Amino acid sequence: MTLTEARPAADVAPASGPHAQRAATSTDAERTDVIVALAQVAPRLGDVAANLDRHLELIDQAGAGGAALVVFPELSLTGYFLKDLVPEVALREQSDQLQTLAAASTTVDVVAGCVLESDDARFYNASLYMAGGRIHHVHRKVYLPTYGLFDEARYMAQGDRFRAFAAPLAAAAPSRPWQAGILICEDMWHPTAAALLARDGIELFLCPSSSPGRGVVSGHALGTARSYDAMTRTYAQLFTSYLVYCNRVGFEDGVGFWGGSRVVGPDGRLLDDPAANHEQLVLHRIDRGAVRRARIANPLLRDERHDVNDAETDRLKARNTRD
Amino acid sequence: MVGDILVGFVRNEVRKVGFERVVVGLSGGVDSALSAAIACMALGPDNVLPILMPYRTSSSASEADARLVCEHLGMTPTVIDISPQVDVYFERFPDADRGRRGNKMARERMTILYDMSWAHGALVIGTSNKTELLLGYGTLFGDMASALNPLGDLYKTQVFALARSMDLPRTVIDKAPSADLWEGQSDEEELGFGYSLVDLVLYHMVDERCTKAELRSLGFEDAFVDDVARRVRGSQYKRRPPIIAKLSARTIDREFRYPRDWGT
Repeated sequence: MTLTEARPAADVAPASGPHAQRAATSTDAERTDVIVALAQVAPRLGDVAANLDRHLELIDQAGAGGAALVVFPELSLTGYFLKDLVPEVALREQSDQLQTLAAASTTVDVVAGCVLESDDARFYNASLYMAGGRIHHVHRKVYLPTYGLFDEARYMAQGDRFRAFAAPLAAAAPSRPWQAGILICEDMWHPTAAALLARDGIELFLCPSSSPGRGVVSGHALGTARSYDAMTRTYAQLFTSYLVYCNRVGFEDGVGFWGGSRVVGPDGRLLDDPAANHEQLVLHRIDRGAVRRARIANPLLRDERHDVNDAETDRLKARNTRD
Repeated sequence: MVGDILVGFVRNEVRKVGFERVVVGLSGGVDSALSAAIACMALGPDNVLPILMPYRTSSSASEADARLVCEHLGMTPTVIDISPQVDVYFERFPDADRGRRGNKMARERMTILYDMSWAHGALVIGTSNKTELLLGYGTLFGDMASALNPLGDLYKTQVFALARSMDLPRTVIDKAPSADLWEGQSDEEELGFGYSLVDLVLYHMVDERCTKAELRSLGFEDAFVDDVARRVRGSQYKRRPPIIAKLSARTIDREFRYPRDWGT
C-alpha cells in the first residue's frame, strides 16, 4: 500500500520526507512500514464527553488515511490545567468512556491521555495504549512537574515505572510488533527515562505532551519549542529509534499550547516540518528498515556498556541514597 | 510570533466563553491601540467596539490619535465625554487633588466599558502592560479592570516594538506616554525614570530572578533597584483578588481551585 492509495481525509496531510519515499519502494514480502497519525488537538477543558467524541472522529479519519496508530496528546480526554477538576474528570479503566474508546481501537491502535483513577483513589496522569479493542498498556507519568506554572503533583500521583511493550499495529500487518515505550511530556526532560526505555529494547518512543508555550524573549522561536526540538532529535538519534511527539494546541486560562507535533527518524532527522499551531491530523510513514540502517551506521545500543553503568550506579547508590 | 500568540489568545478566550465581540477603551496611546489592533486581527474590526472617553481637560491630540487608530484599523468609534459625571461628583469635593480626580476618571471609564459590555454583549479587553502592572502604575478597578488582557505579559518597551511591527500609526507610537489624566501629564516624569531603563531592571529582577549583587554587576544602581523593588512589593495587592477571611476547610482560591476556563 502506498500513501496515494490511502485516500487521506479532507484535513489529513500526507506523510512525506525521505523515509516515506524509501518505505514506498519496499516490497510487501515483509512489511516494515507503518503509518502513524498525530492528532494535534485542542481538548476542551474538563469536557470528557466532547473530547471523547472528537477522539472517535479522528480515529476514524486516521483509519481512513491508512494509519495503524493514532497518537493523541497528554490528557487529551480532559485538557491540562484541571486543578480541582482532577477527581471530577478522572476515569477508571473499566469506565464506559475508556471502554468506548478502547472499542474503537480494533483497526487502529490508539494512544490517548486521561486522568486514570486507581482502586485506592489515586489519580494518575496516564497515557493508554489501546489495541485490538482493549487497553493494551498503561503508562503513568513518573515526573509530575510542580514548579513555575505547573502544579501536577499537588493533584496527581506519580507513576513508578518506564516499560517497553509490544505495539501490535495490526492494521499494518508487521511481521512482528514494534517495541514501543511512552514518555509523557515532563518524563522527556529526564534522560534516564529515555535511556531505560532504550535499554528495555524499544525502537519507537511515543511522547504525548501538553507543553505550554513560553519564553518569547529569546528571539523568534519559543523557548519551549527549542527545548523540545533539541530533546526529540537527540533521543531519536542517540537511541537510534523513531520518536513520535504529539503536542496539543489551544489555550487554557490564557496559556497557549504550541503544537509542533513531529516524528523524528532514528537518524535524528525530522520526517517533515513540525506541525503548525492549529488543530490537525498529520500522517507520517515510519519504516523499521530505517531503524536497522541507523543502527548499522551508529551501533550505539550494541556498544552500550550496561555493566559499567550498573557498576557505577551501584557505587553511587552505596554513597548516597538520593542518587 | 508574539502577535500570533496574542491574536490566538483573544480569539480563543473570547469565543470559548460564548462571545464574538469585545469593547476597548481607546485613549490615543500605544497600549490601547495595540490591544485594539490585536482584537481586530482576532475577531475582525466589526466585532471590536472602540470607546473614546475624553474628559474636558484631556488633550485634543489624544482624541485625534484615537480616531486615527480607529480609521487605521477600520473600527467605528463611539465617543462618550465623561466630564459631566466626573464634575457632578467633585462638586461635592471641590478640593479633591488630581490623584483622586485621576482615579475617579479611570473608574468612570471602567463603568462605561462594562455598561457597553452588557449593552453589546462584548467582553472588555484590557490594556495594562507588564511594566504598569508590576509597578502598580494603574487604578485598581479602573484601567486595571478587564475580562482578558493581551498585553499583561509585555513590558512597555515590548509594547512599542510590537506596535511598530504591526504598523500602527507613528504618531501613536512616537509620542511620550501619558495617562492624560491632567494636562501635560507624562508617565516617565511622574514615575521618575524612563521605561527603557525600568523595563531592563524589571526584566532582570522578575523574569531572570537576578540577585541584587547581579543587578549591581549589570550596572544598575542600588538605590534605583531598591526603589523599583519597593514599588513591586507595595503594589502586590493590586494584582491579587481581595483577601478572604479563612473559616471553612475549602475557601475560595485557597483550597477551592478551578481554572478560570472551567465549564467553557
